[in-house]
Amino acid sequence: MNKISYYPGCTLSNTAKNFDLSARESMKALGWELDELPRWNCCGTVYSLASDNLINHVAPIRLLVHTQELGRDKLTTLCSMCYHTLKMSNLMVQKDRDKLEKINFFTKDKDAEYKGRVEVLHLLEILKNDIGFANIKEKISRPLKGLKLASYYGCLLTRPKAAAIDDVEMPTIMGDLINSLGAQAVYDPCLTECCGSYHTVMDQEVVADKAERIISSAIKNGAEAIVTSCPLCFFNLDERQKNILEKTGKAYDLPILYFTQLLALGLGLGPEVCKFDLHHIDPRPLLKAKSII
Amino acid sequence: MANAPLNYTPVETNDTLQLSGDRIGDRIFLKIEELSGEKVFRCMQCGSCSAGCPMHDRMDIAPNQIWKLLQMGEHEKVKNSESIWACLSCFTCGVRCPKGIDLAKVMEAVRQLLVRKRLDRVDGNKIPKEILEEVPQIALISCLRKQSG
Repeated sequence: MNKISYYPGCTLSNTAKNFDLSARESMKALGWELDELPRWNCCGTVYSLASDNLINHVAPIRLLVHTQELGRDKLTTLCSMCYHTLKMSNLMVQKDRDKLEKINFFTKDKDAEYKGRVEVLHLLEILKNDIGFANIKEKISRPLKGLKLASYYGCLLTRPKAAAIDDVEMPTIMGDLINSLGAQAVYDPCLTECCGSYHTVMDQEVVADKAERIISSAIKNGAEAIVTSCPLCFFNLDERQKNILEKTGKAYDLPILYFTQLLALGLGLGPEVCKFDLHHIDPRPLLKAKSII
Repeated sequence: MANAPLNYTPVETNDTLQLSGDRIGDRIFLKIEELSGEKVFRCMQCGSCSAGCPMHDRMDIAPNQIWKLLQMGEHEKVKNSESIWACLSCFTCGVRCPKGIDLAKVMEAVRQLLVRKRLDRVDGNKIPKEILEEVPQIALISCLRKQSG
């Protein structure tokens, strides 16, 4: 079995256990173990954009040090925000050795000096490049036939270009995965639009507006559910449908799914690894109607 | 403005901006350039940033106007704007900019000037309990990281 270091992050260990469990089990079914880092901390969730703010990069760099300590040169994560923070901080210290030296000096531990050689990968990149969508297709025992799905990438999987896992404006990686699972990927022009992100804390109305735009666009284009890779996008599109209903009286009831949940179902794993009880809009009626569960 | 195509509130429609050469390239301007790592005068006002911004309807000053005001030394107007807090660092403006400059970094620099003086937008102690229990951890951390010092 192949092993890769895995950083779950705070949200996948709490509110997004459906994302975490479905990923671990699907990868196991594909012959890969997501080997959780024995020690990990919060990555800070946002990459610090201020040039003098080195302290905020210490947390993500520590995670790369923990990976290095295991003798590994690759670290994977699932949450788009964690991926973006780790990837950007890594690129920053690889480009600017002076900043890397300062961060290493701050941690004051000779054995824990980051050498800058760990590669940060999103799980979608591993599925595409290391396993291959064609190989995944061969292992599908329960094709997700008849399911029309819109991929939603949000901001941080494809922007800025240095951190993008696919094309900046027209990514297809998630759509390609959906097609290899036997479902039908539907094009949705809002695929990389922002969902309102952290404004969900202080201004639910703006997030409801953004979510409605994304959801209604997906429905217009024939989607029966939206697929995402970010627990914050998931929350804003799923839970904020409640706020859309309160505000506009419109009940879209569009299920939101993580790509790993679909992968698990396609690989023949039971719905228990998908933890559908954590969803605000229950996807089970749709999946039952398509005879998937 | 009955025919305004977008929801922008134009800057200073009723009075004229009082420009002062002293403010162009002053200490605060240099600090914004230093923190952001961007050269403000590279902007040529094509408007691509405003055209793609998903938060434009929540901004009192459009993204391209932010660049223009900074070029004119009007950083006080930028500091007092709603736009800097509406910006979510989604990087749409940056990837579409033909001059390769990143407004998200400039917005962050201006926010940093404020939160480093304790002029926070969000007080973590005042977030309602039901919101704290509802939202994912990454939402809370990013909100506090972006909008408080």
